[in-house]
Amino acid sequence: MHSSETTSPHVADVVTVVEAEKLPARRVRWSRRTNAPRTIKLDRSDYILRGISYTFVALFALFCLLPFVLIVSASLSSESEILANGFGLFPRGFTFTAYEYIFKSPRQIIGSYVVTVTMTVFGTAIGLFVISMTGFALFRQDFRFRNQISFFIYFTTLFSAGLAPTFLWVARELGLRGTYWAVFLQLLMTPWLIILMKNFMRTVPYEVVESGKVDGAGDFRIFVQLTLPMMKPALATVGLFLALGYWNEWYLSSLYLGSTVEFKPLQYYLYNIINTANALRNSVAGDNVSVTDLPSNTLKMASAVVATGPILLAYPFVQKYFVSGLTVGAVKG
Amino acid sequence: MAVVGQARPPKSLWRSVVDSRTLLLMCLPAIAFFVLFNYAPLPGIWIAFTNFNYRDGIFGSPFVGLQNFEFLIKSGQLWLLTRNTILYNVAFIVLGNLMQISLAIMLNELRLKYFKKVSQTLMFLPYFISVVLVGVIAFNLLNYDTGVLNTLIEATGGDPVKIYSMAGVWPLIIIVTFLWQSTGYGSIVYFAAIMGIDKTLFEAAAIDGASAWQRIRFVILPSLKPTFIILLLFSLGGIMHGNFGLFWNLVGNNAALFQTTDIIETSVYRMVMSQNNFTTSTAVGLYQSIFGFAFVMLANWFVRRINKDYALF
Repeated sequence: MHSSETTSPHVADVVTVVEAEKLPARRVRWSRRTNAPRTIKLDRSDYILRGISYTFVALFALFCLLPFVLIVSASLSSESEILANGFGLFPRGFTFTAYEYIFKSPRQIIGSYVVTVTMTVFGTAIGLFVISMTGFALFRQDFRFRNQISFFIYFTTLFSAGLAPTFLWVARELGLRGTYWAVFLQLLMTPWLIILMKNFMRTVPYEVVESGKVDGAGDFRIFVQLTLPMMKPALATVGLFLALGYWNEWYLSSLYLGSTVEFKPLQYYLYNIINTANALRNSVAGDNVSVTDLPSNTLKMASAVVATGPILLAYPFVQKYFVSGLTVGAVKG
Repeated sequence: MAVVGQARPPKSLWRSVVDSRTLLLMCLPAIAFFVLFNYAPLPGIWIAFTNFNYRDGIFGSPFVGLQNFEFLIKSGQLWLLTRNTILYNVAFIVLGNLMQISLAIMLNELRLKYFKKVSQTLMFLPYFISVVLVGVIAFNLLNYDTGVLNTLIEATGGDPVKIYSMAGVWPLIIIVTFLWQSTGYGSIVYFAAIMGIDKTLFEAAAIDGASAWQRIRFVILPSLKPTFIILLLFSLGGIMHGNFGLFWNLVGNNAALFQTTDIIETSVYRMVMSQNNFTTSTAVGLYQSIFGFAFVMLANWFVRRINKDYALF
């Protein structure tokens, strides 16, 4: 797996080794620990580049982080302070009022959580099974129809009916409008994930399949008992992309669910809170509270934190799978 | 091995189906999925040539020929949408790759492991969140009454600006947001490519007395070329397709900004969702599909000519 760390020697270390051979012995200092030359001979341009690199990377990392800090501080600010002074980098008039509003009548947010978590768990499990099964079949070189089926799947990325005909078909002909199925089913797989899985399969030695065949195992058994256990990194990567698709889903909900369901998927719930004034009132309070009484600015920010929180907490643990997915996926299908 | 050297009789199609029935069955759910959600809607493209109404349905509605397209071209809308979509994508491709390659080279220079790890984690963060949250961030930064930007402007004695009615600045906002979201993640491909460079190349460069800049120019950049070409091909193939989520969550239904921000996807979405207009939206979608297809073919043909190994098909 490619990761940010590498076990291969750094450029400077290599340079050292090479130069150590050429330089007179007295200029080489030997490391007692590794018993290898450790003199680092860097030229001025190396130091300049390194300086630029540290500075730029630090600034860019900060630039990426800053908006999240802004959202969290805004959610912890008091509404009157925000109205008077605007959002800032640090909480103004530190208070949990916005969160108290959300959790005073948590029906909506809990409902949304249940919908999103349910869809994510089942969607990822089912999608993963179907995708890996298809990827396995398309990876098999002795499968007569692999090219035809690969093209059949790949073609959908080249030419599509477009939004309007698809919408009419799914909403009217399939009758999925207003049902969670419209969202759940359409996120199960993408051509890209199937190709990614197929590319991952190449890391499994083909002899494994051959040996299974020799032992008289059927294709499905070879898949479940021999290939799948070797595919854990691939399953984690594809599963992560699927889970993320379900968790971050708002688009299909806006098309097919609208306001027909009581509990909207989490990100669509957030989308409504940001974009429509009434959604805020309906979601956090009874009808007896008018919109103007609500701390609407800080509430929006607190809702964003609540809707995003869990996935950000999980993120550092799954980061490496992103990397592997991206580097394997860059290989053409 | 009695058959060696002897031509095997070709299998009949039926025989192959029977022989590979398990593998075929394993593909069946996926095939059913793509039939149901990608192939079945295709006949609906016919709507582009009709005056569609719900009562008569797709094939019962009156046929109007190319009238829907004529309207789109005459009103100038198609040109505006095409121009915006392509220009944004060109900016995304050029600046995106530039940023990603620079960042990858810089990451390669870092020696403090912890620093590298933390900064990479932070730079991945924006890619991980939903695009709805990106909209929340934009609201936090840019809104007139309480936005961070106006707060800063007022703090330094200036007058607050109404960003949401200034069409001219939105290309900048959208491009910066795109780079914010995708640079860290996108740089990983290039970073992996740099890690894969044969270390003896660096040694040779060092012996020849190459400076850091020469190392980048003559060792790193040439090694990144294959990766760059593949990624470029992928993105050129998608040049007619916009990033709907980003544009919609930043701009939404704000008509004051359409001149500089409306792309094909957002326009089609609006037609379907708020105007119930299926004819024009289908026409635009068909136009997009055909030209998008042409772009992929063109890009692929071009890459095939340079190096067959990089071609998609």
